[in-house]
Amino acid sequence: MFKALFSKKTTIVGIILLAALLLLPQFLPRFYIYLFAMIFAICLLATSLNMVLGFGGMYQFHHAVFYGFGAYAFALFVTKSGLPLWMGYVIAPFCAALLGLVLGLITVRLTQLYFGMLQISLGSLVWAITYRWYSFTGGDDGIHGIPIPDLIGSSTGAYYFNLIVTAACLLLMYMIVNSPFGRTFQGIRDNPERCEAVGVNVQRQKLVGLVIAAFFAGVAGTLFVTVEGSVFPDLMFWTLSLEILIMCLLGGWFIFMGPALGAIIIITLRTFVGIYTEYWTLILGIVLMLLIFFLPEGVLGLFLKKIVPAEKKEG
Amino acid sequence: MEFAANITLFALLQQVLVGLSRTTILFIVASGLSLVLGVLRIPNIAHGSLYMIGAFLTYTIATLFGQSALGFWLALIVAPLCVAVISFLVERGLFCHLYEREHMMLLLFTFAFSLVFGDMVKLIWGSDYRSLTAPLFLQGSFSISGFPFPRYNLFLLIVGPLVAAGLWFLTNKTKIGKIARAAAVDREMVGAIGINVSWVFAAVFVIGCYLAGLGGALVAPTQNITQGMDHAIIIEAFLIVIIGGLGNIWGALLGALIFGLTDSIGILLLPQFAIVFPYMAVVTVLLFRPKGLLKSVW
Repeated sequence: MFKALFSKKTTIVGIILLAALLLLPQFLPRFYIYLFAMIFAICLLATSLNMVLGFGGMYQFHHAVFYGFGAYAFALFVTKSGLPLWMGYVIAPFCAALLGLVLGLITVRLTQLYFGMLQISLGSLVWAITYRWYSFTGGDDGIHGIPIPDLIGSSTGAYYFNLIVTAACLLLMYMIVNSPFGRTFQGIRDNPERCEAVGVNVQRQKLVGLVIAAFFAGVAGTLFVTVEGSVFPDLMFWTLSLEILIMCLLGGWFIFMGPALGAIIIITLRTFVGIYTEYWTLILGIVLMLLIFFLPEGVLGLFLKKIVPAEKKEG
Repeated sequence: MEFAANITLFALLQQVLVGLSRTTILFIVASGLSLVLGVLRIPNIAHGSLYMIGAFLTYTIATLFGQSALGFWLALIVAPLCVAVISFLVERGLFCHLYEREHMMLLLFTFAFSLVFGDMVKLIWGSDYRSLTAPLFLQGSFSISGFPFPRYNLFLLIVGPLVAAGLWFLTNKTKIGKIARAAAVDREMVGAIGINVSWVFAAVFVIGCYLAGLGGALVAPTQNITQGMDHAIIIEAFLIVIIGGLGNIWGALLGALIFGLTDSIGILLLPQFAIVFPYMAVVTVLLFRPKGLLKSVW
């Protein structure tokens, strides 16, 4: 199966990368382990957005709501239910997927900008309820001190847990993107009318895609809670959604690993620029402007365009 | 039904009037957004930031004159014009090179601007909140058959229709308005008959942003002027534009009415979840009319 899925070179690079990441915590100070664990969660989030954005061509403007919803579902499950922790990890993504189904049923019949704007409005409704419902969600304070056992809650534990879950999810998503379902999805992106004409149920396809993406965003939400041990309403605010969009754009949204690369760049930049200045968003804004002017295909897109064709010529 | 008992007719009427004055602000901001969206096809997220800049500038100019009546009126005129100048520079410098890009890119580009403007405001004015008092004769309230109504809200209720009438005049009776409406439908055709579409776009963009600044200037005496007011208004403005029909100014008026009234009546019914009511109204409208209430220019 892997032979069909990856080229030999990609497999080798992937295995080496994974091995390096597994060994890394032995050498890194604690702060970097925490940072990496966070980056894994955001990589998963950005890649799940790109499934519908880059491969489905849907204007998913409010993806963070599924991420936040998953995180809240997990946090509330852990603090209120008293059931075993692993059940939370299973249930929370399904809660996010359910929200995706509900929002999707309302929004998929719309196209492009209308779809995106309606998503922002519905997502903001979810955010507004979370923000105001003090007795249940903790309102604008959120929920802090969520008890996670040390095995996965300590910084090294969270690192390994997030690494394994993210790697597994990325593999799953890669398989979905390359399955007949994923190919159909890309067909819809490139020409919805023609897909409709050859008998594809475009709306159902989009709905299923959205639910799957919401599911993985929910997984990313649980990973965030594992690292941070708290949730707050900002997790589902629309500005975060646009930040994830920037990650996809930065990395390149026609390539599977692009958004993950974008997430790594943005999180690393934010962490280190944040040490020197409090005006991080100013810098992010300028980076984004330069990006749109000079690099609309993203970093990885540029890299593949410049490097890979040259290799092919040699071959 | 405990809450229903507390609602007297007067209280309801008062909330409706407050809601209508909120509608005025929302309409002014949303109509500017709708204009830009309809003609230039730019979903301008920086619109909210311009609104915030308008409010901060109003504060600064009015404070230069010791928050006197003269200062207030001067600020009300100058601050939106400053916002218009900023938007003119931005449009000619950057946006005019990007009109051919897809919506997603334009949206992200305006988001980049909102990030930059947000931090600029933080750099210039700091992160404390500011407050501004209206001139003396607009302060306090007067009573209509026994219940108090703030004077400033009445002032807003007069300004709102004036702006609407001005916009109607601009789009229907002036040459630039007619060209802009034509360009909204078919920009290539307008260009083909020898009109410089690029400058028409610049004019429309500046007028739209002027309205954002005007909204910010008008709202300044009614609330704290803070960081984050850009994020709050822009989502509301977008929702209003969507439920009204993209690019339709009367749709923006209708949308603002729905949003303002559901918000103020929501406060009466269920104060804690008042924020939810307008969103629910939006969702309901879009379930039945997914492309907005009035005809969109798209």
